Amino acid sequence: MKSNKLDQVLLVIAIFAVWQLLYVAAGPNVISSPARTLTRALELLQTSNFWVNAASTGIAFGTASVLSIAGGVVVGLWLGLRQFAGDVADPILGALYSLPKITLYPIILLIFGLGLSAKVAFGAIHGFFPIAIFTMGAVRNVAPVYYRTARVMRLPPTVTLATIMVPAALPEILAGVRIGLALTLLGTLIGELFASTSGLGFALIRATDIHAVPDITAITFLIFLFAASVNSFLHAIERRTLHNA
Amino acid sequence: MEGHRRPIELSQTSHNENKGRRHARFDTDRNPMIGWPHLSKTSRARAMILIGAVLALELLCRSGIIDRVTMIPPSEMFAALWQIIRTGRFNQDILFTTYNIAAASLLAIAAGVLLGAALHAWPRARNVVSPLLSAYYAVPTFVFYPLLVIAFGTGRLALIVMGTLFGVVAMMVNTMLGLDHVPPAIAKTGAIMRLDPIRRLFLIRLPAAAPHLITGIKLAVAYGVIGIVAGEFILATAGIGKRVSLAYDNFDNKTMYGMLLMLLIGVMCINGLLTIWEKRLHRRFGQR
Amino acid sequence: MHSTCGHISIRDVTKVFDGHKGHPAIHALGPVSLDIARGEFFSVVGPSGCGKSTLLEVLSGLGKATAGTIEIDGTPVAGAVPDGIGAVFQQDASFFWLNVWDNVAFGLRRLGMESAEVAHRVDNALAFMGLGGFAKAYPAQLSGGMRQRVCIARTLVLEPRVLLLDEPFGALDQQTRLLMGDELLRLWRETGATVILITHALDEAAMLSDRVGVMSARPGRFIDVVTTDWPATRDSRVVSDGRFGSITSRLWATLREESLRAIGTS
Repeated sequence: MKSNKLDQVLLVIAIFAVWQLLYVAAGPNVISSPARTLTRALELLQTSNFWVNAASTGIAFGTASVLSIAGGVVVGLWLGLRQFAGDVADPILGALYSLPKITLYPIILLIFGLGLSAKVAFGAIHGFFPIAIFTMGAVRNVAPVYYRTARVMRLPPTVTLATIMVPAALPEILAGVRIGLALTLLGTLIGELFASTSGLGFALIRATDIHAVPDITAITFLIFLFAASVNSFLHAIERRTLHNA
Repeated sequence: MEGHRRPIELSQTSHNENKGRRHARFDTDRNPMIGWPHLSKTSRARAMILIGAVLALELLCRSGIIDRVTMIPPSEMFAALWQIIRTGRFNQDILFTTYNIAAASLLAIAAGVLLGAALHAWPRARNVVSPLLSAYYAVPTFVFYPLLVIAFGTGRLALIVMGTLFGVVAMMVNTMLGLDHVPPAIAKTGAIMRLDPIRRLFLIRLPAAAPHLITGIKLAVAYGVIGIVAGEFILATAGIGKRVSLAYDNFDNKTMYGMLLMLLIGVMCINGLLTIWEKRLHRRFGQR
Repeated sequence: MHSTCGHISIRDVTKVFDGHKGHPAIHALGPVSLDIARGEFFSVVGPSGCGKSTLLEVLSGLGKATAGTIEIDGTPVAGAVPDGIGAVFQQDASFFWLNVWDNVAFGLRRLGMESAEVAHRVDNALAFMGLGGFAKAYPAQLSGGMRQRVCIARTLVLEPRVLLLDEPFGALDQQTRLLMGDELLRLWRETGATVILITHALDEAAMLSDRVGVMSARPGRFIDVVTTDWPATRDSRVVSDGRFGSITSRLWATLREESLRAIGTS
């Protein structure tokens, strides 16, 4: 069900309406009104401090994304191409995927200390598993008849992989990457909430400590916007590749 | 899983091997290990990987390659956990966390089913809200945590609200999906019996949506755990999360890893129980 | 279990599905006029998509006629399900989350009947439909034919005056279909309900019914109604009666043309 423009506008209006109601009910010591939040957000966007934090989050997210995509795709490909290894690994990956990574956070902090590498690690472990699982599934789901066709055409293995397997598996791999990146962002931000000395999550914690409600609301709002944009962007890419595939 | 085999049976033909068995055997292979319980090749490989990983960790820790400040050997983790259970010193916290997880899960399930059913009955609203729902788990709901803490204080209320908020949308989405897939013949039967809409929903349509509802329940519980535990880490006023957080701050690795192990085992048990329940329902209701 | 009601009067009933978003409106049914006597066994045959199922929808009150009137025992049916209707569909409608006994008891319990009476009726219905040993089984453990029996039993206990069947045996194999046809006749005699059966199998319609209505291609109208004159005590062995062949030939002769037309228009 595609949402038409009117529905999208209605949604935005509804969100702001609920927000305003919450503000009226809870008061300015709990949450800022939409209007106040927007002005504060604009103010923040003009401070260099904000952009330093945003860059920190961005770098962490970017690095974690590269790691989870590279790691997930490579492992997924390897496991997908080897039947036995894939069979053995499938439930293990599934179990690790459904394990709340929260339980690993203290361990990661102990290993990496506070700072960028811990954030990147948080992000990467969140994104790695769905990407690996989806990639493995995508490779295993390539119809055997494609491989038979390749053998009849006497294509060398590397050519088969590059020209037949990868395009066939690509849509599902991309679906996994989209989910994985969303989770990577989640992991990076949670990492910042817990233990970081820079980044948007850190800025949020700092604002909480000094009870600066407009800042808290504004930064929450901006983080939310950022995550929503990343998600829409990835959705758009996926839709376009699906049309080409 | 089959029972023990005597080695002499290995040389016999397959129909003898199946004599006395209640069910057929799958991809077992000839294993000349006497008395070894019969596992399939993949299960054995998996078991060896897990045992190997734990052993490797034990060796790395004991040899000092992984220093004690970072991690203690798994054997000591179990010992620490046993200590904690035996002395019962964290029973209060364990109860606190368990109660929170249960409360958040149940609230998420109840609210999710009701909201999902309501949206399903109001297609226009569902259309409007649907982008929000599909993006919900892509945005870090956790950023609302500070706001929740300000609103509800640092007690269990903020934790439960967070856990519920985290899980409710998964339940909603699966409820709507399940109601979408109620077989028309079943829905029509409810109408023919002249049941009023409420009874039709609770006595026929929701039960018919059971497979999807179960998926939603599993997710709601999983998210409840994440929400509560993460919250306890951050707030550190009570609960298992608090104990972990405190132990971390105090460099008390024994306690920290002991409690983390408890968490891990607890989560695996919850998942395991839910999966067993799901499999039992699949057997009774057929694969849908 | 006897019913003395179930007279159906259909007058100029039409059903048009509204078009939306660029799709044209669909004139699915009618105008149809028909009188069905109390306790009659009436079958409807016709090409695919001709509106047979739409007719049942409108008769049962699940859907609303665009024009025309339907009356059951003098009371109009207009978009709401009247009392005393039973329906069995082609797809399995057994409640997979309940065992057979609870499935059949379902409707009675909703009426607030006391449990002794419920037990009595359910046990009778299960015995009648040959489900006696399966009371504790779940539908997933039963074959397709057994599940349809569960659905029929569940409808039966409510003592409907009108029983609507929309290709109930369509998903079953031929032998099971013939046996179920005999069961249906037994049921019909026992309950005295008016039965309207939709089927695409001409032999089934010819064998079971008092009258068979042949529907045209969409929009469906009755172009022929064949009276079989079978005795009320019949079973599937009427296939060996001399008239069986002429009845089915007449049905096919009318239907063949309509089927060709349906393929041309669909």
